[in-house]
Amino acid sequence: MSGDPVGADAESSDPSGVDASSADPAGVDAVRADPGARPEAPRRNRHRARRRLLLAGRYLLLTALALVIGFPIYITVVNSLLQPEQIASRPPTLFPTDPDWSSYSTAWNQGNLGRYLLNSFVVTTVIVVGQVVTSVLAAYAFAFLEFPFRRALFVFFLATMMVPFEVTFFTNQATIVELGWYDTYLALTVPFLATGFGAFLIRQSFLALPPQLRDAAELDGVGHWRFLTRVAVPLARPGIAALALFSFFGAFNQYLWPLIVTRDERLRTVQIGLRFLRNTQVDQINVTFAGTVLAALPLFVLLILFQKQLVRGLTAGAVKG
Amino acid sequence: MSPSLVVFGAFVVYPFAKNIWLGLYRTPPFPGLPKRYAAYEQYQQILTSPEFVASLRTTALFLLMTVPTGLALGLLLAVAAHQRLRGITVYRTIFSSTVATSIAVAAVIFFTLLNPQVGLLTYWLGREGQPSVLDDPQWALVAVAGVTVWQNLGLSFILMSAGLQAVPDDLLEAAEVDGAGPWSRLWNVTLPMLSPTLFFSAVVGGILSLQAFGQIDLLTGGGPLKKTNVLVYAMYDAVFRQNNEGKAAVLSIALFGLTLVLTLIQIRLLERRVSYER
Repeated sequence: MSGDPVGADAESSDPSGVDASSADPAGVDAVRADPGARPEAPRRNRHRARRRLLLAGRYLLLTALALVIGFPIYITVVNSLLQPEQIASRPPTLFPTDPDWSSYSTAWNQGNLGRYLLNSFVVTTVIVVGQVVTSVLAAYAFAFLEFPFRRALFVFFLATMMVPFEVTFFTNQATIVELGWYDTYLALTVPFLATGFGAFLIRQSFLALPPQLRDAAELDGVGHWRFLTRVAVPLARPGIAALALFSFFGAFNQYLWPLIVTRDERLRTVQIGLRFLRNTQVDQINVTFAGTVLAALPLFVLLILFQKQLVRGLTAGAVKG
Repeated sequence: MSPSLVVFGAFVVYPFAKNIWLGLYRTPPFPGLPKRYAAYEQYQQILTSPEFVASLRTTALFLLMTVPTGLALGLLLAVAAHQRLRGITVYRTIFSSTVATSIAVAAVIFFTLLNPQVGLLTYWLGREGQPSVLDDPQWALVAVAGVTVWQNLGLSFILMSAGLQAVPDDLLEAAEVDGAGPWSRLWNVTLPMLSPTLFFSAVVGGILSLQAFGQIDLLTGGGPLKKTNVLVYAMYDAVFRQNNEGKAAVLSIALFGLTLVLTLIQIRLLERRVSYER
């Protein structure tokens, strides 16, 4: 660790027996008052005071950074619990002394957030399941099957990652209109049911399995399908979880595509719902804040529950390659 | 695998080929009239137009405002959180928290905080009674970039932290034994070891910032005076407001070209790092 050397030494050779990691300032006094302290004690105390100062400095820095970064989210939650007049009052109210939760029911019912969240969940679930299934199947074929043009097809899968959706969105929208899928769940999901990134990621997990596994399975007469469902998928679970979380975040946060393939309010996803919530009047601005909190809540819950897997998914491309 | 191929065929290959082809035809001023074949003329005309150059400039400025800042702040947070302290996980969670905000959530939070009448940031910036920062041609792009940096900070922090964890502790300890102070260790050991992560994050960040759309749509709508009219927004505008598919197609090929350059750099970096490890 990058802990400072002075502190670490002082801690390990501390003769006074006072718990060095305790932040209790009484500890310093106790040492000072200790009649049995050895002659070097004053120097030790100076060291210790310095270390404490450094420690306090670190917490101060971390807390300052956390305040700046967390502030927009904090104030959004606070403002969702204030009356609109309180939000407009100056100096600003930074703590809800008398929280008013009615903005949430207004956002949920009048603002239709309930319906939008449901739509987002339906669309996201279909996309995540679809991406995991197609990625696992394609990855299995690339990792364990022999077939003509395997290499070329794999390169093609990778090449699809080079055409970002932002390049083709309007042509795809025209395709959706031609198919008669405008304003349907099909439009929101089908174009995302396959992903080159997913196939690539899962293939890596499969290739990391010991090759003897497949050979042994073959000797035992275990078919590909049973091997895939009983052996390969359970063993590749961390990779699959990372892909699932990654695609959950991507699908839930989509903005441009749902904006251009739906107009019907009953199909609106929560991200597009925010676009309309944004323009509420000043006298209902607490409802806008409450709606934003509701829209952000699902991903916050996921972040807290699955931080490790999510980090894995996010760093898969950037660090492990 | 065949379902994947169908999806790729219909929603990646076909539209991409169609975009190249659309770029060769002029979209008629009224729907229903036949398209006119213009060969490469339309590409030439649009790619040299002042409007395109302005949009390209805005895109480049946006990239320059978001990517280096995002990397530096992410690195700062990662270094600050890379220590064994009581309660450090709480700080780590707060630092990564913006990963859980979508671009729409981030944009609406700041749109409301910048409300010219009741916005808290408006008050703190001393701009009450004036038009919103988002309507100020001088500041709109900076504001949009700021929101983007904040929203990407969580991701940037996570990537940098993962990179830091890969720096071997004994290397830092050896430097410490040799008398290197904290700054010198950061500058001479950590940063060089981190350079693959830094480069990679820069390229990924660059690709993401080329694709920015949601924050522009929600915060400024491409204005004021087209000062935030980045490429993707210009495409959206061309198709859905000007009904000019041909123009959007040319822009899309330009966007593809820019993304391709960054992607190729990314693959290069990957290859080089792999060969390092062997």
